[in-house]
Amino acid sequence: MKVRFWGTRGSLPVSLGGAALRAKLVRSLLAADGRRFADAADAEAWLATQPFGLTQTYGGNSSCVEIERRAPDPAGGNDYLLCDMGSGLRPFGNAVMARHGPQRPNHFHIFLSHLHWDHIMGLPFFTPAYIAGNRLSIYSAHAEAEQALRLQQSPPCFPVPFEALGARIEFIQLEPGRTVTAAGCQVSAKRQLHGGDSYGYRFEAEGRSLVYSTDSEHRLEQAGEAEDFAAFFRAADLVVFDAMYSLADAVSVKQDWGHSSNVVGVELCRLAGARRLALFHHEPIFSDERIAEVEADARRLERITREDGPALEVFAAYDGLEVEL
Amino acid sequence: MDLHATYRDGVLLLQPQGRINHLNAEAFEAALAARQAAQAGRLLIDLSQLEYISSAGLRILMLLSKQIVSAGGRLATAAPTPVVREILEISRFNLIFKIHPTVDAAIAAFAAVG
Ligand SMILES: [Zn+2]
Ligand SMILES: [Zn+2]
Repeated sequence: MKVRFWGTRGSLPVSLGGAALRAKLVRSLLAADGRRFADAADAEAWLATQPFGLTQTYGGNSSCVEIERRAPDPAGGNDYLLCDMGSGLRPFGNAVMARHGPQRPNHFHIFLSHLHWDHIMGLPFFTPAYIAGNRLSIYSAHAEAEQALRLQQSPPCFPVPFEALGARIEFIQLEPGRTVTAAGCQVSAKRQLHGGDSYGYRFEAEGRSLVYSTDSEHRLEQAGEAEDFAAFFRAADLVVFDAMYSLADAVSVKQDWGHSSNVVGVELCRLAGARRLALFHHEPIFSDERIAEVEADARRLERITREDGPALEVFAAYDGLEVEL
Repeated sequence: MDLHATYRDGVLLLQPQGRINHLNAEAFEAALAARQAAQAGRLLIDLSQLEYISSAGLRILMLLSKQIVSAGGRLATAAPTPVVREILEISRFNLIFKIHPTVDAAIAAFAAVG
């Protein structure tokens, strides 16, 4: 199982921006300190030794994560499995078009955490959805999924109506606790604390497990809450976790805003015995340097709480990241 | 987890001991309520005997702080162990709670502000 992050930013897509790019260039030139580079490969090799926040960017597309199974579909279809349709769905669609061209029909299985705009805004820009012969199976525990997608493609908000999508689109209503099979994966849902509710998903296939848990606030002091989520995350190979705010912000000025922190992510993954934790749904106002700090802080907490247990691998997800499970 | 309570110079001085996590956070909350911590005009939490505090315990401290501040009172902390200091930094509670190096310094600071 391979996980590919197409959009990792929370709430609103952002771009790096000219000033931040310029600042990275200035710091890179200073760090290079007059060094000469023989060719592009030499320059790339040196950049690889520098901090991520200096030479790259976590990226700005909103939530979209692809799960690729190792084994091809025995039925011979072109099945794709995705979590959410944020603006990251657009580059994903472009990559599919580049791979197959418009001819070959594809079947997209998409699990929606909830219907907030940052998690559905990619659909109107998803080229494969306009191509007849393609198929979209949209799984949601929210009964209003179809209504929300039609609404965002209706006047005066958007010029191209939902009916213009040429692909066959079907909606599958999910219920927490009931497992479904999609693209060869067993998938179960868990309701989460978020405005209008959100749902986390656990995917199992090929002896591997992935939990996608975003837009979820936690109150671990309440009886049963920590145990419930630890059971849902149990021994997962990867947990993708809403780490939008610092713990202090999440429980003070941003209490009831429906998001969590790097601290709670580490705690729940520890309780669950999970192997990897991907910090996700990054706060749009955070710079790359700040997200790198959020990651470094989570790793410090991981060391403090490790005791005799196995290490938990912690990283901040970025647009373009691939993780082999 | 134990919670010792004394008064010093008009400041309610609470000293949690041991570890606070999701398993005993509700007991910690109940112990704070039993000491009428939310009603204290001046509350100092001595962290010197606290070995570890999880997000559950920190959330309870935040709720307590909100109650105290909205009633016009003040809350401060003092003397965290190295591990707890690191947790306060990681969680960014150090930006919200005043952390004094010692209990004496904290008491003096309360007295200075009046
Ligand atoms: Zn969101
Ligand atoms: Zn949301």
